[in-house]
Amino acid sequence: MRTSRFIAARSIPWTLIVFLVAAWVPWLGSRYDTFLGTQIAIDALFAVSLNLLLGTTGLVSFGHVAYFGIGSYACGILMKTYGVPFILAFPASGLVAAGFALVFGFFCVRLSAIYFAMLTLAFSQIVWAICFKWNAVTGGDQGLPNIPYPSFDWMSAIPGLGDLRIADQFYLLTIALVALSLAALRQITRSPFGRMLTTIRDNPERAAFIGINVRAYELAAFSVAGGFAGFAGALYGIFNRGVFADYVFWSKSAEVMIMTILGGINYFWGPPVGAFALVWLNQEITSYTQYWPFVLGVILLVLLFAFPGGIVGGLVAGFGRVRRLVYRHA
Amino acid sequence: MAASFLFSQFVGGLTTAMFLFLIASGLSLVFGVMRVLNFAHGSFYMFGAYLAWEAMRWLSPSPEAFWPAVLLAALGIAALGFVVERLLLRHLYGQEELYQLLFTYALVLILGDAAKFIWGTGELSVSRPPILASSLSLFGTDVPLYNLFIMVLGPAIAVGGWLILSRSGAGRMVRAASYDREMLDALGANVGGIFTGMFVVSSFLAGLSGALVTPIISIVPGMDVEIIVQAFIVVVIGGLGSFWGTFWGSVIYGQVLSFGILIFPGFSLFSVFALMAVILILRPWGLFGRPIR
Repeated sequence: MRTSRFIAARSIPWTLIVFLVAAWVPWLGSRYDTFLGTQIAIDALFAVSLNLLLGTTGLVSFGHVAYFGIGSYACGILMKTYGVPFILAFPASGLVAAGFALVFGFFCVRLSAIYFAMLTLAFSQIVWAICFKWNAVTGGDQGLPNIPYPSFDWMSAIPGLGDLRIADQFYLLTIALVALSLAALRQITRSPFGRMLTTIRDNPERAAFIGINVRAYELAAFSVAGGFAGFAGALYGIFNRGVFADYVFWSKSAEVMIMTILGGINYFWGPPVGAFALVWLNQEITSYTQYWPFVLGVILLVLLFAFPGGIVGGLVAGFGRVRRLVYRHA
Repeated sequence: MAASFLFSQFVGGLTTAMFLFLIASGLSLVFGVMRVLNFAHGSFYMFGAYLAWEAMRWLSPSPEAFWPAVLLAALGIAALGFVVERLLLRHLYGQEELYQLLFTYALVLILGDAAKFIWGTGELSVSRPPILASSLSLFGTDVPLYNLFIMVLGPAIAVGGWLILSRSGAGRMVRAASYDREMLDALGANVGGIFTGMFVVSSFLAGLSGALVTPIISIVPGMDVEIIVQAFIVVVIGGLGSFWGTFWGSVIYGQVLSFGILIFPGFSLFSVFALMAVILILRPWGLFGRPIR
């Protein structure tokens, strides 16, 4: 009885449902809601890609922003400097980010816990220093402004979507691409490969005993996570109409990590919930005070001391408690 | 290139190095004993600078007040460290490293904004103490006496710290805690007390270096994050948790930064991060550290 309900809950296509609900925002919400929605969708993808390392594999990467930034620059340079259409530039940016993650990751996965975190941080700062100084390619500290929007002629040809503003059309494109990426990441975490990553997280020695090449699996996870972070970065550059070195700075790695943990690293839907909560809170609070970092710090303290499982972890524990109470009294 | 120019680059690099040593030694001690990477160490340093400025205003208008102000600032930050360790950090020791890292990052965010709230975003400065206001001509280069003082203070603290760690009973406890804290606990030693003590000493060093840096650079918001990244590089080069490693790591860092600007102008940032990455790849425990189990 209980198992069957468990399986039923698992087989609900949550990604599709969230996508279908979110797709109504351009018609029901304001221009501002679409703006927030795009931001949340991109951050959600970025955070889920980090969680493939953090939650699924147990690797604490403090430099995940490097691959976000590389994807962002790759897409921006291809589209602006070389006039490559989005349909080619987008997959290319993910591949470039995954490639860099493969190279950097090769060195990182050989190190244990704290050194792994430090080396990922060092690589991300190297990427930042290059982006910040290499004027000829990345625009240096000026960045790359005026990244063009993708062509939306095809979307305008679809009945009902033609009269939308271009920001709304980009929103629809973003949530579609994010939904596809999330579905892919969901499949990856559920696949035998994903299960093995969790085994490695829980007990790397035992995984090695049963003949698993732990480093190869970790490297594969690192590269895949980097690739999806690259997709998020590509969308972010277009969303902000420019790519800047700030996107690669280490404090952004901390930001996405806070998002992921705020939602809950033990649940696939934790990071998107965290992204939603943090983007929304940021907008609400910055309209009252300039001291957003202070508020973020306090949120983080409350999270660490009161709800280490994050929002989703807290909700699941709460529901469990309620259900036990109901069963006891039934 | 003229020899005097090279010498002045060398002296500049050495001054940077000795400041970095004062800051990074606290970071490294806390990591070595408690296995906590304290991002907030840079924030303590920044608060040390602001407190020194504040204490100068309270004490007297005379620049002679510099020395008591420095001491007050360092003691104030030591007290802050005591409160943070006893009230908050203590409860996270059993948790994963990630949570401890994020806790110290939360402190960075909170203290950074608190400093902006209290002291504003403008630049503040403190003048050099009168005794050390002049400069000395060495090999055709004018070296401010204050910089010479820092260049002497750094090695003095290094030797003093090393003597305490290697010769005293308290130092023996600290070294034992960094080797095997469970065993030390089982033997009946007060490991919690050692941790608190280390955190307070480390905070004192952060506050001291923040206060001492005020005559050389102006106090601005953002100096916390700038210094913590440099201090991380230094301890990684020397070896996390290694005391002498931190000293030599600072010297190497200072010289790479000072001469890196000459070799690759504009890429000095890149050169130090690249150095950090190369060391992590080849010898993750640093040039002078030992592998951690």
